[in-house]
Amino acid sequence: MAILEIRNVTRRFGNLKAVDDVSLSIEAGEFFTLLGPSGCGKTTLLRMIAGFDEPDQGALFLEGRPLAGIPPEKRPVHTVFQSYALFPHMSVAQNIAFPLRMAGKDEDEIRRRLKETLELVHLSDKAQHFPHELSGGQKQRVALARGLINKPRLLLLDEPLGALDAKLREQMEGELIALQREVGITFVFVTHSQQEALALSHRIAVMNEGRIEQVDRPEQIYGYPKNRFVADFIGTINLLPVEVCEATHGHLRLAVAGLGEIIAPALAGVKAGERGMFALRPEQVRVSARHEAQELHNHYHGKVRDYLYLGDVTVYKVELDNGVLLEALLANSAPGRAKFFEIGDTLGVGWRHDSGVYLRD
Amino acid sequence: MRRNVWLWAASLAVYAFLYVPLAVVVLFSFNDSLLNAQWVGFTTRWYSKLIDNDEMLRAAANSLFIALVASSVATVLGTMAGIAMQRWPHGLTRFLPFLVLTPVAMPEILLGVSLLLFFRQVLDLTLGLFSILVAHITFSLGFVAIIVRARLAGMDESIFEAARDLGASPWRTFRHVTFPLILPGILAGFLMSFTLSIDDFVITFFVAGVGVTTLPLQIYSMIKVAVSPEVNAVSTLLMALTLTLIALASRLAPDTLKGRG
Repeated sequence: MAILEIRNVTRRFGNLKAVDDVSLSIEAGEFFTLLGPSGCGKTTLLRMIAGFDEPDQGALFLEGRPLAGIPPEKRPVHTVFQSYALFPHMSVAQNIAFPLRMAGKDEDEIRRRLKETLELVHLSDKAQHFPHELSGGQKQRVALARGLINKPRLLLLDEPLGALDAKLREQMEGELIALQREVGITFVFVTHSQQEALALSHRIAVMNEGRIEQVDRPEQIYGYPKNRFVADFIGTINLLPVEVCEATHGHLRLAVAGLGEIIAPALAGVKAGERGMFALRPEQVRVSARHEAQELHNHYHGKVRDYLYLGDVTVYKVELDNGVLLEALLANSAPGRAKFFEIGDTLGVGWRHDSGVYLRD
Repeated sequence: MRRNVWLWAASLAVYAFLYVPLAVVVLFSFNDSLLNAQWVGFTTRWYSKLIDNDEMLRAAANSLFIALVASSVATVLGTMAGIAMQRWPHGLTRFLPFLVLTPVAMPEILLGVSLLLFFRQVLDLTLGLFSILVAHITFSLGFVAIIVRARLAGMDESIFEAARDLGASPWRTFRHVTFPLILPGILAGFLMSFTLSIDDFVITFFVAGVGVTTLPLQIYSMIKVAVSPEVNAVSTLLMALTLTLIALASRLAPDTLKGRG
């Protein structure tokens, strides 16, 4: 059974629909992510789950019980705030024990669970410190510990990694995954970073302008985006305007202006004659010296126009014969070499017939 | 270097302008002469004379009582106003800062006259302790509100939401989070109100009526005759009290009372 059920929820601010008829079902034990650009309604949705806001239409159910009218302090839902929101006048131990005190637990239990939780987040030696004495990562862990200690049914995380630098963020991502696995509490994570979402989540809901564009596992979201917004927002992708020539169970035949016909994976419900986009990830594009790409069904010639060295990979901008620009990504297996091709080199460019995805407009 | 010298000179002049008259009062309160003209010798007899002055003592007791009660009430009301101003900047409370701060900015004489008219003509009240208390609460409330709001304005709003989120009712959020965090501001506001109340002359003069005298009123009635060393002594004591309270207040709420505002 779903632990949280969001049914047709709409929230308006003036004329703006911050959340527009959203329905979602989050399973117990899941690491669920709401992903979208700022202003897409993900934080508003989170605030309605926490109880700081109420929907104008629709309803939320926690373990089958409606949440309407229940104030935040009565919901078994805790939040890790973006700014951490640690109480500056309390020590680390007092901060973390706060939910237990508010719940009226006895001193023995508080002491025992505080000790456990401090160990869980590796902060036992910082118990008597105050928030202003901690580093960003430590504050983050205190906020997490405080959210987890009273075993909420849901832990909401509002861009908790946003304030950390890249290296620390990567480390905290690892810790978050391990922590969620260990405590088994359902996490609802809000972020605008597709990379965080892909790395952490069991499932992702991509939001845009108050609506949900797609809900799926990370690899499905990345591999089979449902529409142009999702394709564009997650990672980088090549988009080619196409017209459908033939649609069978096995494949699609698509006409690309100036390039001729390409073969693409089949998609249910597509009819010959409709127009859309063909989306292809840069790592799916194979580039090689002239002839090797020809064994691929979709193959062309192109010229290297530019390249971008990223360390582990190099991104080549390749111009096909018809003027279409494609990005292709090549792993840098040879150390000390930024590129395999020079600007102006002629290449074979191709991709497998089961690569890429057709997007309806 | 030259610039520095001028700066120093200017600062010295300002300080002299502000504090020399006060220093003179303090000095002559220890002068062994009835006249404030010439230094004769050191004495504390003006202070011991004060203790025997029943009228003076009664006025001092009144002043302390009024200051204590008025600043306590003003602190409670001002704190609530300060919180409301910070938390709900829209809606009806939008006008609150204006309403609360008007008595702070208004010329004292205007406030005194209007309160007098209000008490006599509108309420038909007998002037006395009660009217003085109400007047003092009116003008000190705004100071408390500003200080408390400034204290709150420097804080991350989400800590109050975090408290609710983690299981604290609105009242417990106030008790365990909001109150401890704004306490220095509340205390500073209380001390400010206390000093304002104990020093106030103009407004009190209008609303005191005949029965009740406060320390500033008493001093005023004494210097109508002559500035006696006794007045110097009581002024010195009042000054010491005020300075102590202000020093305390500025330690508690440095962001509000030092530098800006």
